[in-house]
Amino acid sequence: MLDKKLRSMIGDVKDGRMDRRAFIQRMAAVGLTAPLAYQILALGGVAMAEGPSTYKPTKRGGGGALKLLWWQGPTLLNPHFATGTKDQDGSRLFYEPLACWDPDGNMKLVLAAEIPSIQNGGLAADGKSVTWKLKPGVKWHDGKPFTADDVVFNWEYAKDPATAAVSIAVYRDITVEKVDDLTVRILFPKPTPFWADAFVGAAAGQIIPKHLFNDYKGAKSREAPNNLLPIGTGPYKFLEFKPGDLVRGELNPDYHMPNRPYFDTLEMKGGGDAVSAARAVIQTGEYDFGYNIQVEDDVLLRLEKGGKGKAVYAVGGDTEFIVLNSTDPNTEVDGERSSMKTKHPLFSDPAVRKALSMLVDRESVKKAIYGRAGRTTANFLNGPEKFVSKNNTWEFSIEKASKILDDAGWKPGADGIREKDGKKLKLLYQTSINGPRQKTQAIVKQACQKAGIDVELKSVVASVFFSSDVGNPDTYPKFYADMEMFQIPMSQPDPAQHMRRYISSNVATKENKWQGPNFTRWANKDYDAIIEAAEGEMDPVKRAALYIKANDLLIQEVVFIPVQHRLKVEAVANNLQCVISGWANETDNLFDWYREA
Amino acid sequence: MSQYVLRRFLIAIPSLLGISVVLFVVLALAPGDPFSELATNPNVPPEVQAALRAKFGLDDPIYLRYLHWLNAMLHGDWGFSFVSRMDVDQLILQRLPATLYVIGSAQILALLIAIPVGVYAATKPYSLFDQVANTLAFVGFSLPTFFTGILFILVFSITLDWLPFVYTTNIKGTGILWVLEMIRQAIMPVAVLGLFQAASMTRFVRSAMLDVIRLDYVTTARAKGLGQAKVIVKHVMRNAMIPVVTLIALQMPAVFGGAIVTEQIFRIPGIGSLLISSILSNDTPVVMAVTFVFACLVVLFNLIADVLYGWLDPRISLR
Repeated sequence: MLDKKLRSMIGDVKDGRMDRRAFIQRMAAVGLTAPLAYQILALGGVAMAEGPSTYKPTKRGGGGALKLLWWQGPTLLNPHFATGTKDQDGSRLFYEPLACWDPDGNMKLVLAAEIPSIQNGGLAADGKSVTWKLKPGVKWHDGKPFTADDVVFNWEYAKDPATAAVSIAVYRDITVEKVDDLTVRILFPKPTPFWADAFVGAAAGQIIPKHLFNDYKGAKSREAPNNLLPIGTGPYKFLEFKPGDLVRGELNPDYHMPNRPYFDTLEMKGGGDAVSAARAVIQTGEYDFGYNIQVEDDVLLRLEKGGKGKAVYAVGGDTEFIVLNSTDPNTEVDGERSSMKTKHPLFSDPAVRKALSMLVDRESVKKAIYGRAGRTTANFLNGPEKFVSKNNTWEFSIEKASKILDDAGWKPGADGIREKDGKKLKLLYQTSINGPRQKTQAIVKQACQKAGIDVELKSVVASVFFSSDVGNPDTYPKFYADMEMFQIPMSQPDPAQHMRRYISSNVATKENKWQGPNFTRWANKDYDAIIEAAEGEMDPVKRAALYIKANDLLIQEVVFIPVQHRLKVEAVANNLQCVISGWANETDNLFDWYREA
Repeated sequence: MSQYVLRRFLIAIPSLLGISVVLFVVLALAPGDPFSELATNPNVPPEVQAALRAKFGLDDPIYLRYLHWLNAMLHGDWGFSFVSRMDVDQLILQRLPATLYVIGSAQILALLIAIPVGVYAATKPYSLFDQVANTLAFVGFSLPTFFTGILFILVFSITLDWLPFVYTTNIKGTGILWVLEMIRQAIMPVAVLGLFQAASMTRFVRSAMLDVIRLDYVTTARAKGLGQAKVIVKHVMRNAMIPVVTLIALQMPAVFGGAIVTEQIFRIPGIGSLLISSILSNDTPVVMAVTFVFACLVVLFNLIADVLYGWLDPRISLR
């Protein structure tokens, strides 16, 4: 039904009977508004449009200094080596992609002249190629012109395994060709519904200059002097870099966007912790902007009373979840625990899974821990809106959970812990060391205890928990516990990458050194089929429906218990007008930042 | 004398080798992976991580890696940071000025307080001055620096708004303005560290002085009719300073090693904060270089302390 309605609306927009904004509003009304809404229009035959700009200054410069506080400072400034978002953020001050994402998930042009669409010939109808037109007259900071050769070079640079670029996954399967000096074409091996991955956004899209990196492709990549001296096309020119401490830049007088940038100089200071960063921005006003302020809401509210700054939130698709192990972590088979040859002795009973999902008090977690930075959710996939299922609900009820367990034959023993066939309901619940996570663990444990489930808590240092160290038993991919909790950030406004992890061929096992991304060890043929269908589906509506179905399967089988849909939190000085997108890095829209008098 | 120094240097070589083996093995066996951040990034396939490990030689056996490291170190190559992809010596040199300035000033402040206060308290034991100095010293070294640091920030930055609490290497202004701002931002960290050091050092100076002040030769000096100042400075202090010199010499490496906690609180880009961030991100070459340099400094300053003994007390002969 939604399918038909959407199609007729796209038709209306095409014929000019409905304007774009009305379309987006109608989509919102039927629960389909999306960062990808514009991409739907693009594929439906209407050009993708840029979102409205909020930038007001009428001349370049004059804004004084912009002081940014990154409590984990960038440690390197080559975007293709950026291991963490902090490095992407730092590189993005100087380097630019063809386009980036605005707060609503709309595409915003940076180095590209127009957004590819079927109308302007940019998109192939079969979804196997996209053609980008580049902005003419763009110059690198050293005065050399920016051309299609640079774009093609970035593809060659990143796809070469010897370069060891972290962006390799985006570039290795595509082909990029130069059409003319200001046009490039990307060819995909198979129909690609989400074509805005290569050269878009800060995560993998930043473009480095060919003339400075050409000699350092492949094995010599680490010797390039410009790894530490970025010469980009961005609004600010590079001045100084001290890894982990400071990045400095100054206004680029030849910047290719009119009246931008606003600030004369820019400083990104690193180090310290999130709480004192919030303090330096919100309470004392020493800095203008602090990133990723993972601080309890109480603390932020108290700091905000000082009145120099405020917390700002951006909605993306990050979900904090508890995952239930599908295999047995306590039985060793061929030298491997949590082996695919075993089944979890307790979780193989769907009643136990169902009961556990009712014992996670998401409302209390929101109230006591995440506050304004969280939303309760019943879904694993929480964005973009278009892909969010309306079919699931959640509830917290110790009584109902107890009843489900009673009915399934799990009876309380002498010690109050339920048991069945000699198996006791005792669970090991692990996560990384992080204040909110330990508090969430405590809330869940308490509810479980009341329902007769004994939960043992375990917390592992983040640098170990998230490592891929084959020799360490405490990593999340090894999953030597009954349940574990963390989140996997969603780095683009599309679910394809995110949902692909959980297909059965991706299971983490000893054989693949636990590098398979499916740490849940859940294998389901229906899910595999849905994901495969979705990846080849060019019709955006059917594709969204498939991902919703995939999400519903994960929830119905209780592979995941979603705990919270987490928002990005930033500390911002009161007079700073910043543009922050939940779908992009903090500095992705930096060219549009300014200060209100 | 020169023979003695040479011999000490030769003895230092095996001990430094031993230290480096222990450090290297411990770091190699420690949990964690420098490329762990990649593991949670769905954009990065596991092969990239494997390729990076191979590229940086992380998959080789430990003894081979150690020999590589030793060989490079002998050629003056301190290693290559996994995380910043730059040479470690460059990284350390960038951090050194801030550490030398802040920690060095703190040490000087500590000495400037500890020696006069300790000496004066010892000349008048159990007087009111001595009691007050003792009490303050106890308070001083009972309070950890992370506590006083945060307390100072709350009082001087947030309530009074006098001093900045984010240390910046990028100060605007030149000439006298620059100097003033440099001093202003260092006041809190220097005070926190300096007062903490001064507290324990005062106690130390006082007891060293008390040991000497009762000796017969001091009475003799007084009986000769020498003035109090001359007796204290020329006769008592010179002998009492021997253990104090050892203490100071052993603390000198800390001046280069930075103060991890204080640097973290005030965001001082020094060696200490480099060490902690490298440990957290498992950047082993940097951790190895910093800790090894630290070990070298300890050995070196021990030697300097021994040489200084001979100068302070000619009876100690160095052979």
